[in-house]
Amino acid sequence: MTLLRYEDWTSPVPPVRREVLSAEAARDELPPVLFVPGPAFGAWVFAEHWLSHTAGRGFPAHALSAREGGDLRAYAHDVVQTSAALPRQTVLVGHGVGAMIVARALGRYPARAAVLVCPVLDRGAVIRTGLRVNPAGTLPAVFGGRFRLSGRQLGQAEYVEKLRPAALPALRNPPRPVGDPPVLVVGSPDDRVVPRTSLDRAAARYGGAPLLFPGMGHDLMVGPGWAEPIDAILDWLGKELAA
Amino acid sequence: MPDTPVPDPPVVADRHDAVCVIGAGVSGLTAIKNLREQGFAVDCYERETSVGGGWNWRHDRSPVSSATHLISSRPLTEFPDFPMPDDWPDYPHHAQVLSYLERYAAHFGLGTHVWFGTEVVSVSPVGDGRWDVTTRGTGGGAERTQRYAAVVVANGHNWAPRMPEIPGEFRGRFLHASAYKNPAILRNRKVLVIGGGNTGCDIAVEAAQQAAEVWHSTRRGYWYAPKYILGRPADQINATMLRFRLPLWLRQLLFRGSVRFTAGDLTRYGLPAPDHRPYESHPIVNSQLVYYLGHGRIKAVPDVTRFDGSRIELADGSTVEPDLVIAATGYQPRFEFLAPELLDVGEDGRPDLHLHAFARKHPTLAVVGLLQSDGALFPLAHWQSVAVARWLRLRIADPVRAAAVQQAESKRPQRQWARTGVVPTPRHWFEVGGTAYLSVLEDLLERMEPA
Repeated sequence: MTLLRYEDWTSPVPPVRREVLSAEAARDELPPVLFVPGPAFGAWVFAEHWLSHTAGRGFPAHALSAREGGDLRAYAHDVVQTSAALPRQTVLVGHGVGAMIVARALGRYPARAAVLVCPVLDRGAVIRTGLRVNPAGTLPAVFGGRFRLSGRQLGQAEYVEKLRPAALPALRNPPRPVGDPPVLVVGSPDDRVVPRTSLDRAAARYGGAPLLFPGMGHDLMVGPGWAEPIDAILDWLGKELAA
Repeated sequence: MPDTPVPDPPVVADRHDAVCVIGAGVSGLTAIKNLREQGFAVDCYERETSVGGGWNWRHDRSPVSSATHLISSRPLTEFPDFPMPDDWPDYPHHAQVLSYLERYAAHFGLGTHVWFGTEVVSVSPVGDGRWDVTTRGTGGGAERTQRYAAVVVANGHNWAPRMPEIPGEFRGRFLHASAYKNPAILRNRKVLVIGGGNTGCDIAVEAAQQAAEVWHSTRRGYWYAPKYILGRPADQINATMLRFRLPLWLRQLLFRGSVRFTAGDLTRYGLPAPDHRPYESHPIVNSQLVYYLGHGRIKAVPDVTRFDGSRIELADGSTVEPDLVIAATGYQPRFEFLAPELLDVGEDGRPDLHLHAFARKHPTLAVVGLLQSDGALFPLAHWQSVAVARWLRLRIADPVRAAAVQQAESKRPQRQWARTGVVPTPRHWFEVGGTAYLSVLEDLLERMEPA
């Protein structure tokens, strides 16, 4: 636990205009859900299906794009700023590198709950897998350059051209979440970006086991079976909120 | 019908493990939030009908005036787990601070735990570490007593005005700064402002912009810090020096240097030379005071010794004849609902609390926000209340470890957290250095960290 936050005090992250896509729910009893994609994706990837589906189940749903040219600290800052601007304690759902951003933001903002979907917490494991499946796209990231997913790696090849290549940040030690929120890890054993062992390790770190959706790729929010994981996430959330 | 009286309800309603929080201002709100996070039921009593305490200008005890702005910059002021919007100015206005507190309360659903319009009449121990709290509606009505497992006092310390003791009688208008709300009353008046603290300097500057003539009476010389240095809010520069562990003597040297480069020697305006080194008194942050001294709009005068009808005598023998006197002479902390021995209040009227927060003989009684810091109160009150909530939780969950923590804390030397090197003034006895205080709290929190 760090109380002396000199970096935040002396060099605050500069403000930017943040891109947030939203789907309002009919009622407002349930907490808002904020989806956080990795910097290679944008809020659009959740606008395809999950935003409206989540709102349809009664949760005000929002998705935040990573800022241009940011680093992990700036991305996490934007997540905390966006959450704090929502009217109620927010549920954070991060995907891929977005899950790493959420893991960092959890050290700063007491989320109502958090879900890490196909979480990239272990940079090394992602690079090793990438070198095997997609060496050309991964090699630059080894030397600090940009990571470029291939269609085969992603799952749905048609989305590859919408991705923007982005550097792969590293988070050495995810902080202990403030306010002790429930955390769920979701993934697929057939994900060609985040290996199964990473999922287990991420879940163990937050005291649980991963919820697995076999047969789906890394992009399970746009894949053909997209409804199944989001329904499972929202079911889990409903149970946690009732507890 | 038989004349059997209805049995009286039990005199004391037992709230079991619930914690009572007194006040819903900055400190009370963060106490509710952090106690809730540790799983406690909370009843908060607030005499006003809305949150925000002194920052809520609608409250009759609020000290803010229409022009009040923060004097510490946004990143150093906000709660550590609920930032202010990053597109807000460096030094937000008090109305923004209130809206921030209202959003904090709504975001974390704190309002449902607050009993508004209810004031606490008395808090008394029942012997087993529990407390009977008697409350009453501010609009009147019957008193009601409930029993709690712990009490967190967060009633603020900037609401009961401390009046200067000046012999004689003044025929003009005399106000304490707490009653000063709007610069309109200064317009075209001859104004004497008493007090060299931040409020006194702010009012002197407003008077310089509005009044016909302005005298500013201060007892000693101060080091006036500007709001900006090197293009950044001054506290951010100061935090940078602390971050790189610049020793005090070097920071003092740099402070003197920055004064020499900008305002220069203030004794040429009639101000006394500071009787202390930089960083040895509560910091005064005001960029405009020196500016208006230099324009001759503010005349620096010494201490007031006597009122004599329309004339006011000063320590150097001279007199001034203002129409309006504003005494910015600070506030007096008050805890009328607590017997003085519970907080170990000494003969000087000052409570003696561990870390200015924990009652020494009552492990279930704490005060949050009773601090004068060289920075903002919000983060300190937040971490204080995290420590109080963790402590109360640890006492229940692991009494053995709690006893060990208490033992270790009782050996902690006071000089670690209390700033003793400051100029002794009646206004500033619970003075702490923000970063030193936070590192002690961090140490305490680590000891109480859940396994």
